[in-house]
Amino acid sequence: MTASFADLAGLPWAAHWPVVPVLLPLLFGTLLVLLSRASLAVQRTVGGLAMLVHLGVASALVALAEAGPPLAYAVGDWAAPFGIFLVIDRLSAWMLLVTALVALPAWAYACAGEDRGGPWFHALFQFQLLGIHGAFATGDLFNLFVFFEILLIASYALLLHGANAARARAAVHVVVLNLVGSALFLLAVGCIYAAVGTLNLADLAVKAPAITPEDAGLLQTGAFLLLIVFALKAAALPLGFWLPPAYAAAPAACAALFAVLTKVGVYSILRVYTLVFPSFEPGPEGPSGLVLPLGLATLALGAIGALAADRLRPLAGHLVLVSIGTLLVAVGTFREAGYAAAVYYVAHSTFAGAALFLVADLVARQRRTLGDRLDAGEPVRQPALLAALFAGGTIAIVGLPPLSGFVGKLAVLQATSPDAERVWVLLLVGTLLTVVVVARAASALFWRTGDRPTEGKPASRLASAAAAGCVALLVALTLAAGPAFDYANATARQLLDRSAYVEAVFTVPSLSAPVGGAPHLAEAAAVAERGFAPTEPPAPAAASSTASPAAEGER
Amino acid sequence: MEWLLALAIGVLVAGGVWLCLREHVFPVLLGLTLVSYAVNLFLLASGRLTLGSAPLVDVAQAEYPDPLPQALVLTAIVIGFAMTAFLVALALQVVRQEGVEHVDGAAGEQADAASPERDGADGAGR
Repeated sequence: MTASFADLAGLPWAAHWPVVPVLLPLLFGTLLVLLSRASLAVQRTVGGLAMLVHLGVASALVALAEAGPPLAYAVGDWAAPFGIFLVIDRLSAWMLLVTALVALPAWAYACAGEDRGGPWFHALFQFQLLGIHGAFATGDLFNLFVFFEILLIASYALLLHGANAARARAAVHVVVLNLVGSALFLLAVGCIYAAVGTLNLADLAVKAPAITPEDAGLLQTGAFLLLIVFALKAAALPLGFWLPPAYAAAPAACAALFAVLTKVGVYSILRVYTLVFPSFEPGPEGPSGLVLPLGLATLALGAIGALAADRLRPLAGHLVLVSIGTLLVAVGTFREAGYAAAVYYVAHSTFAGAALFLVADLVARQRRTLGDRLDAGEPVRQPALLAALFAGGTIAIVGLPPLSGFVGKLAVLQATSPDAERVWVLLLVGTLLTVVVVARAASALFWRTGDRPTEGKPASRLASAAAAGCVALLVALTLAAGPAFDYANATARQLLDRSAYVEAVFTVPSLSAPVGGAPHLAEAAAVAERGFAPTEPPAPAAASSTASPAAEGER
Repeated sequence: MEWLLALAIGVLVAGGVWLCLREHVFPVLLGLTLVSYAVNLFLLASGRLTLGSAPLVDVAQAEYPDPLPQALVLTAIVIGFAMTAFLVALALQVVRQEGVEHVDGAAGEQADAASPERDGADGAGR
């Protein structure tokens, strides 16, 4: 892959790569809004083209991120730390690729019928991707908030798509919770800005460790508030109760795409607490010390909820909670091995969650009277196909060999071996419980079906192919575990090397020739040197592009 | 000045949280609006308070407010307004579909009616 993309960095517009994943969904989404009166065939063609383009762009970005240091992009060509930055490093590029890979089957599944629920489905799908891509690409805390809001409002609309009463009720809970979450996010942003005087992640990484003791409390308050917000997005305990009912009520294609949304929360934890707040050593006194216990609690809650679930869709939701818990355990180690395990596991957990929701919908549609209830007595129409897909998805998500869940869970276990006595017990007991639950569900759905002939219709070829595509992604991730772990290990090393990220942002080349010596920048630099806050002037790193990496090196 | 702003934020948050904990959608919505007002005031204060000057960058002047929080507040107001409008539309749809405005829909209304120790004052919030 690297060879075919080797020339990308040499193209004249190569410096604009980081903005492409944000611009393209916006353009395609706007185009699809204009096409909302066109026939569904036209919308599907444009949407499908968009999905393929996103996949190509994400692959190119992974190749670029693999080839060199993080790519920074100054939107509007304002120099650091004033402008808004987009930064694509290995982690961002990987998340973009995972998103593109899972969005394609989810979108294809919607094309098998769910997109008939309203004229805006394909446009909303693009806007959903816009929010996700932006959250992965941004290098600015306030912009992270803005992209969160974009992805949230698109997700509300997708959740309500083809509205019915259950969806509206679930959506009320999700919207109210996320509005509270947005308020907390803004409070956190306010605390951090008041303490440090910047919201640029790279600038924060330079200035946060040098903070005066009287402002440190404010900064730490902001760090704790941010953890609450990210835990809400990631559906970690005690803020994860919204996920199973909401995802169970959502259209299956949207639930499959939503498998990425929770990962945005996990990504944000990984990004912010490795880049900005590593000075708070993992421990009971800092917010990052809470991630591991929260992950374990989420895992336990997910396993218990899965035991209690009486329908297949909420069961899938609880299994997703278990995988988010496992992921947070990996992130919560705040060690290189943990990061690498998390990078691999995030892809696995996204694909497995999407596969489960698609299979659950296929099962529900083929059981005319029982739907997705886990009661024996009615066979599905295509038992061989659905049982195979169900087996693939569930074996992966509970972490049995031979699929990627096993590889990922093994990596998580290895990464947590220093805390083995408290972590391994829960991880392994959780696995055992989910195996029991899944085996019980499979026996009710596919085995004890009785003699009654089924009345359900067989799934369309496209829908089966989409679900099979998700399972195929899991198989591919298992087969490519070697290269994937090479990438993941390099990503973990890059996350620990904060100076590379900071240097990329502060040395981003200007894309336009300075006109008259760029007076706005000179003035802004003068302001930065004097400082707004009466307590403490910001570090002089702002003005010159070389000062900051030097300051980073001193620490 | 500081105590006035702090008091305003505190009162808005207290009232907002109390309303958010009510059982019907409309008080919850009002509560979220109050919380978002408080958050906007808080963001404004994050750039420190300065009296009697415009938030414009002017190197010659000794003291002026930080314009950046004001830009953040503007963005936050716009986003908060859109989200609240969405919630209003959603709540109206739920009311139309189920005939009740309980946050848990008709099932929640019945559960409340069935519980014997129901607080008599709850109806006042509607």
